[in-house]
Amino acid sequence: MIRVEDLWCGYPGRSVLKGISFQVERGEFIGLLGPNGSGKTTLLLTLSGVIPFQSGQVEVMQQPILQLRHKDRARRMAVVGQESTVRFPFECEEVVRMGRYPHQNRWQLGNAIDAKIVKKAMHLTDTEALSDRLITAISGGERQRVSMAKALAQETPILLLDEATSAMDIHRKLQVFRVLNTLNRDEGLTVISVLHDINLAALFCRRLLLLKEGLILADDQTEKVMTSETLKRVYDAEVLVHEVAETGKRQVVFLP
Amino acid sequence: MKSEIRNAGNRWRADRTAQKSHWLSVSNFRLCCTVGFFYWLAALVVIGLTAFLTSGIGSFETPYRIIWRLWLSPFHPSWAEGIDETVRYIVINVRLARICLALTVGGALALAGAVYQGVLLNPLADPFTLGVSTGAAFGASLYILFGWGGGHLLGMSTLPIAAFVGALAALYLVYLLGRVDGRIHTTTLVLAGIIVSTFLSAWIGVLKSLNEDSVSTIVFWVMGSLSGKSWGHVLLVLPYLAAGGTMIIYYARELDLLTLGDVQAQQLGVNVQQIRFRLMLAASLVTAVAVAVSGVIGFVGLVVPHLVRLALGPHHRRLLPAVFLVGALLLLLSDTLARSFLPNGQELPVGVVTAILGGPFFCYLMLHRKKYLQL
Repeated sequence: MIRVEDLWCGYPGRSVLKGISFQVERGEFIGLLGPNGSGKTTLLLTLSGVIPFQSGQVEVMQQPILQLRHKDRARRMAVVGQESTVRFPFECEEVVRMGRYPHQNRWQLGNAIDAKIVKKAMHLTDTEALSDRLITAISGGERQRVSMAKALAQETPILLLDEATSAMDIHRKLQVFRVLNTLNRDEGLTVISVLHDINLAALFCRRLLLLKEGLILADDQTEKVMTSETLKRVYDAEVLVHEVAETGKRQVVFLP
Repeated sequence: MKSEIRNAGNRWRADRTAQKSHWLSVSNFRLCCTVGFFYWLAALVVIGLTAFLTSGIGSFETPYRIIWRLWLSPFHPSWAEGIDETVRYIVINVRLARICLALTVGGALALAGAVYQGVLLNPLADPFTLGVSTGAAFGASLYILFGWGGGHLLGMSTLPIAAFVGALAALYLVYLLGRVDGRIHTTTLVLAGIIVSTFLSAWIGVLKSLNEDSVSTIVFWVMGSLSGKSWGHVLLVLPYLAAGGTMIIYYARELDLLTLGDVQAQQLGVNVQQIRFRLMLAASLVTAVAVAVSGVIGFVGLVVPHLVRLALGPHHRRLLPAVFLVGALLLLLSDTLARSFLPNGQELPVGVVTAILGGPFFCYLMLHRKKYLQL
């Protein structure tokens, strides 16, 4: 689905990503972890074609990202960003409907198929109750759920998340990730998610990519990456890794 | 159920073809159109009525009965019989032309304001606060000073093109000045606009003193006026307004998406750089042609989009046509005030009237909507 080769990327005079390579197959659920400034957001912005890169190659579904037409790209990849401040008072449902843009032609105001997809996206993210509320008048966590609904309405095979649940309470976080998990398992949705919460990543991601200072420090199945040595190297902190018997997943405890 | 919502891998191609044959078949959509149609019709009737009522105002007394007959005389030539030629000239060639020009200029300025506000995500933006209007006035007066003011190309006056160049140059300058660390701030941009505007106003004054005869009065360029305008000016505006307005309406949906911010718009498939550039060009063209015939009229482009957004919400497909109509109406009323407020046929510059009406509104925005402005 995605192939990144020797990617250098950043801002004039300073590279944030320093030659990273990896491949993503269809139906993977990947967690992108790393300390602040390690280049996670830059990587997602590069993958979604927002910022140009200095050298290397990025291919999405066998095509170089920079050669894709804008709408083509948006039909392959949806992104939920960190924080979105919308200044214009659109109703939440209208914001979700904007996710249909790459599928619509110019003179179309939306049809039955679009309406159905928007409704389902809002159902999956439990945002139906917000549909008439103004995007400028809801809380940060609610706004993130609307953003998620917008990305789902985009109906793409790839979903990129950048701290997309950071403002949600734990119940909502789990709810959203459960939905993503179902979509990933049943329909082969490829998910790449930047996360700060290592334990959340351990619960849902099957593969972890650890970034530090613009380089990939570890890239493997979650069980193999989740060791106290690797995490210590990435975060420079003392870590205990425990297997939780009830879930069969590893969880992390940081030492004070 | 979930397989319905997402089989995305290959589905979108099939979806797209299915959508094309589908697009008028939703009854909901048709209903919206019918309801919407009556609103538009009502708006047009209000504008027509206002135009009719204001055309009877002025130092030269004309009864509405006569105006009515004269307006309909193109369809009923016999109705104009027996009416004095002077009266006919005043009603049709002076007042009606001026009314039509006020409508087009007001609509153009309001439309440009809505685009600037949407593209720059800046609620204080309008052709005047961004310095675009004064830039256009400077371009036009320079062009006239060189004696090319009457130039024509393919039957269209080239004066608006000179104004357009001036507008773009001013906009570029404001953009350069208003940027702090690569980011554009709401207030620094407007500050830069005011500075450029003041500077160029001074230069218009210089140009005026270089050639007293050809360049219009400084008051005309800086405060705006529709005095003494004819059908020629209306015809001069229309092609440029049609071109710019079509471009703006064409990208109405993209304007909605641009209000989410550059990154999100890009990720939703909008070619942000290209479309923003085109929209800025179109808005500047529309501004330039309005300024070329009427001078700098401030605040119409600032106030009208805010008012209409309060009533209709921020959807640009609905907003833009409504903004055009309300802007047209507002400038018509302002111009009527400007030409009838003083006794003995003296006129106020119309920009004075719009500034007196719009200034307090600007203050209101500054004082009560600070959070909204994110100052």
